[in-house]
Amino acid sequence: MDWNWDFTWEILPELLEGLRTTVIATLCGYVIALVLGLVWTLLRRSPSRILNQTVRWVTEFIRSTPLIPQLFFVFYVLPSWGLTIGPLTAGIITLGIHYSTYTAEVYRAGIADVPKGQWEACTAINLPRSRVWLDVILPQAIRRVIPTLGNYLIAMFKDSPMLLVINVSEVLLVAYQEGGRTYQYLEPITVVGVLFVVVSVISSILVRRLERRYATT
Amino acid sequence: MPPPDTTAGSPTPEESGGASTGEGVSTQKSDVAKGGATKGVAATELPRGAAPGIRFEKVVKRFGHNVVLRELDFTVGPGERVTLIGPSGSGKTTILRLLMTLEKLDDGLIWIGDETLWHMKRGDKRVPANQKHLHEMRKQVGMVFQQFNLFPNMNVLRNLTEGPVRVLGLSKDEAVERARGLLDMVGLADKIDAHPSQLSGGQQQRVAIARALAMQPKVLLLDEVTSALDPELVVGVQDLLRDIARQSDLTLLCVTHEMTFARDISDRVLMFDQGQIVEEGPPDQIFGEPSEQRTRDFLQAVLAT
Amino acid sequence: MSTVLDSYEQWLDGAWVTVQLTVYGCALALVLALAFGLAGTSRRWWVRVLNRIYVEFFRGTATLVLLYWFFYALPLVGLKITSPMTTAVLALGLNVGAYGAEVVRGSINAVPRAQYEATVALNFTPFQRMRRVLLPQAFALMLPPFGNLVIELMKGTAIVYTIGMVDLTKVSKNIQGFSGETVAPFLAVLVLYFVIAQVLQLFIRYAEWRVDRMLGRRPSREPSVSTVAAGAPGAGVSG
Repeated sequence: MDWNWDFTWEILPELLEGLRTTVIATLCGYVIALVLGLVWTLLRRSPSRILNQTVRWVTEFIRSTPLIPQLFFVFYVLPSWGLTIGPLTAGIITLGIHYSTYTAEVYRAGIADVPKGQWEACTAINLPRSRVWLDVILPQAIRRVIPTLGNYLIAMFKDSPMLLVINVSEVLLVAYQEGGRTYQYLEPITVVGVLFVVVSVISSILVRRLERRYATT
Repeated sequence: MPPPDTTAGSPTPEESGGASTGEGVSTQKSDVAKGGATKGVAATELPRGAAPGIRFEKVVKRFGHNVVLRELDFTVGPGERVTLIGPSGSGKTTILRLLMTLEKLDDGLIWIGDETLWHMKRGDKRVPANQKHLHEMRKQVGMVFQQFNLFPNMNVLRNLTEGPVRVLGLSKDEAVERARGLLDMVGLADKIDAHPSQLSGGQQQRVAIARALAMQPKVLLLDEVTSALDPELVVGVQDLLRDIARQSDLTLLCVTHEMTFARDISDRVLMFDQGQIVEEGPPDQIFGEPSEQRTRDFLQAVLAT
Repeated sequence: MSTVLDSYEQWLDGAWVTVQLTVYGCALALVLALAFGLAGTSRRWWVRVLNRIYVEFFRGTATLVLLYWFFYALPLVGLKITSPMTTAVLALGLNVGAYGAEVVRGSINAVPRAQYEATVALNFTPFQRMRRVLLPQAFALMLPPFGNLVIELMKGTAIVYTIGMVDLTKVSKNIQGFSGETVAPFLAVLVLYFVIAQVLQLFIRYAEWRVDRMLGRRPSREPSVSTVAAGAPGAGVSG
């Protein structure tokens, strides 16, 4: 069987439309992951043992179970509780929650990396607790972890095709449907594969730049 | 060609069995119990017989634009003990590392015995050495490092037997026997199953010395071997090396900042600065009445600390 | 809830598929990681290029896209992989192996240079240096990231649901399909995955403990004479 260029050009606009959905899902999910991850991290530092142990096990649970059954859970269970949401919304929420457990670990490591002397200096000048976090600790911690957070954005992008299990019309599902319609799977799926490699490699290069830029702290 | 064997040669072990070197903690128990008998074991383990001389001929070594050794010439006689002193960055350690093939030679020739280390003969021409030639030449050379560099994935015994078994092709039993003898000599027979991390720095360095000797080198390189030790552990290691020097025929090249040790151990001292020999002579002369201002300045600075 | 419990045989079969995928996938990933990771430390530039191509390509692709490509596209060019299990193991192994190769390469490069120098001083051959000293030490550095990759691979196995293999995820979907229940089957499947992950963690912890002991990072369980003696008065017989 030979590669059919005409067919390739014919399906490309639809594939790019699918890619748009993929990117939207990834970016929206990423925002949730960044914010919720920080919430987990701060809750884990709470003095209440019950609270921080609960958070610890909940995040551990989410992190060590696969995304696909989690998508099912959110997509099928929430409506039975009276919350009706579309597939894309369910996908974004799940992706965001799933990766928030990773970003939480990243933040935690970043905060642990801030030298102890910084805390002591804050105590020495009697800075209020909120200022310590907002002005001293978090700015330093986040700066350190920016490249790692960038890597998780790429990881989310590569996991986003899984949203097809709840019928989100992301790029792989579009390709699959095109293939099914014409019985020509080779071109659409290969194009998707190439798109992913191209986007991932380019973004990896960008992340490496970030690493170099933030390496000198 | 390297110089003929005219050097004073190895000092005769007249004090053989002189176990009591005074302050050495480890030897205290032995002079009560067995007197001189302990060193008898040692002698059988130490390399004896003709050691090769070493000659540097217009040796050049650069790191980037920085020329560390500039057409350096010097000779070490067979069985001679030579100490290299001088300010840091003067190229002393580079000389040892070139001899151990840890750094590549940029220009010139290095002779070990009547063969060149970094070049081999092909017909009449001298061509850069291949891995096989380096492997052959390295058989004669051993090195003890500043940071010991014991293998943390092996216990003490395996640190000592790995090389003899894998490289020299000894049987397991022969290698273990050799290792036991050497551990006895360095006073650590009871640590044979210990792990490097369970040993003090001084003990690790003794094991490292035993490991180097287990390969039965003819030339031993000592690269600031006591610099990383806590002050109270330095003397024990130095005493051990003194005994080894006294009782073996090794050609010894030593880089150190311990001037007393340098004086004790060496037949000759070379004072280096900026990759060149400023002054050389017997230890008494160099430490007693140095003729060069740079040597005087250096010694003053070192002894002041 | 009872439907979920009554279908325990399906759950067991599904779990078995998931476990098989994890084990075979890890085995393939480990082999690829070692081969390409070692290639990344080679002195020959073209061997290092092989490492870069493999790593960049397979880290760049999404596992699910790779699986679809193997499963739907490859047969059309005449390459038919006979079983879905093989296809899935290939996709998972190739992907995770690329991450593993970076771990292997990084760990070997992280072994202190002094260790390499000691092997030269003892006249080891390049193969012996790697086999006897560098790899065993690098292994300790590899273990924690390898542990994470094992969990990631196990989670990744859920993608086989999309090519019709009956793994844990597919079982939960089937049960939801015929019983109409949602909370019970999906919660159950998540708990099952969590249990598998925790068991894998135990294995990883054990391996880390073993390696730490080999490298003497912690005192061994049976304290040796020297450790006991170290506490005794007057035992300061040291260099």
